[in-house]
Amino acid sequence: MLQGTPFHPRTAALCQGRNWRRWSKYVVAGSYELSPEREYWAIRNSAALLDVTPLYKYLFSGRDAARVVNRIVTRNVEKCAVHQVMYTPWCNEHGQVLDDGTVARLDENVFRVTSADPNYRWFCENAYGFDVHLQDVSDTTAALALQGPLSREILKQSADANLDALGYFRLTPARLRNIRVTISRTGYTGDLGYEIWCEAQDALALWDTLMEVGDAYGITPTGILALDMARIEAGLILIDKENFVGKRALVQEKQRGFEWQFMGLDVEWESLEEIYARKGLHPQLPMTAWRASTPLYVENKQVGYASSGVWSPLLKKYIALAHLRKPHFEPGYWVDMEVTVEHERQTARARVVKLPFLELERKRK
Amino acid sequence: MSKSYDAIVIGGGHNGLINAAYLARAGKKVLVLERRHLVGGAAVTEEIFPGFKFSEFSYVVSLLRPEIIRELELPKHGLEILPLPSTFTPLENGDYIAFWDDHEETRKEIYRHSPRDADAYDEYGRLMYHIAKAVRPILSMIPGDPTSLSPRDLKSLLQLGRHMQNLGEERFYDLYKLMTSSSADYLDEWFETDGLKGTKAASGIIGTFLGPRSPGTAYVLLHHYMGEIDGAFRAWGFAKGGTGGISEALANAARAQGAEIRCNAPVAHILVKNGRAVGVALDNGDELYANTIVSSLDPKRTFLKLIAEQELPSDFVHDIRRYKTRGSSGKVNLALDGLPKFTAMADAVRMSALRGAISISPSVEHLERAYDDAKYGNFSRRPYMDMIIPSLIDPGMAPPGKHVASIFVQYAPYTLNGGWNPSTSSGQASPREAFGDAVINTLAEFAPNIKDIILYRQVLTPWDVEQITGLTEGNIFAGELALHQLFFLRPSPQWANYRTPVKNLYQCGSGTHPGGGIMGAGGRLAAMEILKHGAG
Ligand SMILES: Cc1cc2nc3c(=O)[nH]c(=O)nc-3n(C[C@H](O)[C@H](O)[C@H](O)COP(=O)(O)OP(=O)(O)OC[C@H]3O[C@@H](n4cnc5c(N)ncnc54)[C@H](O)[C@@H]3O)c2cc1C
Repeated sequence: MLQGTPFHPRTAALCQGRNWRRWSKYVVAGSYELSPEREYWAIRNSAALLDVTPLYKYLFSGRDAARVVNRIVTRNVEKCAVHQVMYTPWCNEHGQVLDDGTVARLDENVFRVTSADPNYRWFCENAYGFDVHLQDVSDTTAALALQGPLSREILKQSADANLDALGYFRLTPARLRNIRVTISRTGYTGDLGYEIWCEAQDALALWDTLMEVGDAYGITPTGILALDMARIEAGLILIDKENFVGKRALVQEKQRGFEWQFMGLDVEWESLEEIYARKGLHPQLPMTAWRASTPLYVENKQVGYASSGVWSPLLKKYIALAHLRKPHFEPGYWVDMEVTVEHERQTARARVVKLPFLELERKRK
Repeated sequence: MSKSYDAIVIGGGHNGLINAAYLARAGKKVLVLERRHLVGGAAVTEEIFPGFKFSEFSYVVSLLRPEIIRELELPKHGLEILPLPSTFTPLENGDYIAFWDDHEETRKEIYRHSPRDADAYDEYGRLMYHIAKAVRPILSMIPGDPTSLSPRDLKSLLQLGRHMQNLGEERFYDLYKLMTSSSADYLDEWFETDGLKGTKAASGIIGTFLGPRSPGTAYVLLHHYMGEIDGAFRAWGFAKGGTGGISEALANAARAQGAEIRCNAPVAHILVKNGRAVGVALDNGDELYANTIVSSLDPKRTFLKLIAEQELPSDFVHDIRRYKTRGSSGKVNLALDGLPKFTAMADAVRMSALRGAISISPSVEHLERAYDDAKYGNFSRRPYMDMIIPSLIDPGMAPPGKHVASIFVQYAPYTLNGGWNPSTSSGQASPREAFGDAVINTLAEFAPNIKDIILYRQVLTPWDVEQITGLTEGNIFAGELALHQLFFLRPSPQWANYRTPVKNLYQCGSGTHPGGGIMGAGGRLAAMEILKHGAG
């Protein structure tokens, strides 16, 4: 049976719809209420509290820690200051992305790497022969994300760190009431937000403290369905640097000109209205994110696929993330996205746009 | 000061702003003149008590047209509409009835009161949805004149006819019933639970000077389902930053299109030359000129206050005089030290109920008795109330841990016996505060701690509404939404198409089709009409 995270005793009591989703070997709430809408708005409007414990977490420590991490990921970790965090993908020798996650430099020679999938073996192989100690701390480290415009206020009321001085993608050790934590200004929402890391045994005390202090700020336990909506609005980022696994392959691809690009799609309302009207319906919109590979066409020829999409309640637009083949990924180009209306395949027009869909000033300020 | 504009819009309420935005978008040079220091009209947020933001008048968005949200790119300009997911009605017997945003949850709740009503509720919902779907296109249609044979008018009437045909015969009869019945009668055909009927009937009396047993109130029941069709756009909810947030977004959108907005600029009268509107004169004597003048004020204010009577045909003046604007609603805004405790709220539903609307409408009788008082010129001693706690939806509305409450109240007649402002020498207690007390006392029957947590109370009578927003007699919809004042009759036959007997003078406010509420349709449709025909 899948297990609950260290926060489970609290989250289970709140999960009205029993809407559990699996995330790695754990179950976490999909949404606490029957619909994720209010939780989505907490991310954008007040403060959302998310259990992100199921992330895989690895600790690299020792003299060669920086060298090893740098070898693995595509970004330049040498440039990562102590108490800085970097978001980065990592690749195999062919330049294919294996996974992505964050690298946090906790100390000169200590890094915490998080990832979506287990990477212990891959990391060990790349650490072979170096002076580094690699630990899988996935089970012993609990983590909460506190995301939204009021998240800083809540932490200021409860933690002893100087949060006004904590920059975007920086971290600080802190005490939250009596609990020892690290607070990083990170998250997957594209909003102002933090992640709070603690020992698993302190998890419940951390949850209770944040809920208590956050009450006056509209803190809202939030499931991963709302996170997924915010994630799509926030799009994704990719960067490059000197030597890492798969670099040669990537450089070659860059020289040839990228075959594929990751772009946003803005699905045209009028064309949705039209295909639904043919069936006498109003447009049916995805109120939670979908993640099914969906073909994209230009003049009936497939030119790529959309990997996820959602109706953005904030932008009031149907948006999707797409992988597009050359030359169709230019912003402003149009593609046709497959939409099933009453069991029939139709297409709706969608405009290619740059990511992210949403760039909030408060995220960095 | 002789700078000239293509169009001058009088009044910076949401309709005026929308109108200006559309005109500017079409390349016109537009000036909006607003009397107050801020835009928004009946849709404003003001910090009346330090740290506490009140949506002073209108407090929920009901039907803001999705095409406006889209075409003016309002999200980009700051519009955020947050969900207001439920309605909670405490009952006289200590129980409650609640309507949640989850269909099954609502069904379960109604079933608790009446298994029969639970089934009827679904059927009723389906019927309303279908009728609303047929009627809804009217909201985006410029009304034609049914007595005219001009192709344009005929086309618009035919369109209307076609939508009605889609309804099918049976549903058409239901629509007919809705148009002619009282909400009490109509609901009696469907339901037996008092609290359910009371709460539904309440939506039929809002902004009218009618009781739930008055014919014509059933039609308004439909409006709620229109919002449902536009569900994804969230035409229904609470605007971030309060209702003023909508006006701010609209003002930003209008400015982005190049419109100029001037506050503290009350218009004294409209300048008419040879039957043509040519400009406006401000209170301070300045004169401003434009090819097109648009008034977003209610018809009475526009035609009886801003234009000399001899410029208008006398039958038209008669129509406008007869146009009904009886104000019947008040508003009480509270700054609170904590949350009200409704005795009927079980712990399990408490927080979710407080985040939605709380309706003091335990029965149809409660509403009708409230109306009885008003019929004879008094405010209701136990009024109908619709309350929301905005700070639970948008924490920015009050300091941390504190709250604001927005309470819409009916009935408070504009023409109160003895008047709202008797001379202080009469020794009589202020009717405004007595009205405020009636509201708080009635609320305290259901939430006894309310009196202990009030930090500040703002009581707004229809007289105050008129003073502050300019809405004649404080009528919230700039003219009652009664059948004889809708569509091609709004505000006057022949002049329902946003034009007026004065050339180059248009109207775009809530007093035009399709009527009041934060909908914006008048502002948009009037702009279309001007761009099609106006001198520009
Ligand atoms: C108490 C109350 C509660 C309400 N609740 C709701 C609700 O919850 N939901 C909803 O959808 N609707 C509600 N309404 C109705 C809704 O607010 C109005 O129908 C709508 O806001 C009217 O918009 P408007 O732009 O047509 O006119 P207004 O908002 O009235 O705008 C007219 C503007 O013109 C200005 N003005 C007046 N005279 C002059 C002059 N001589 N020169 C220059 N400017 C002038 C005024 O100051 C004002 O800004 C409520 C109304 C009231 C009063």
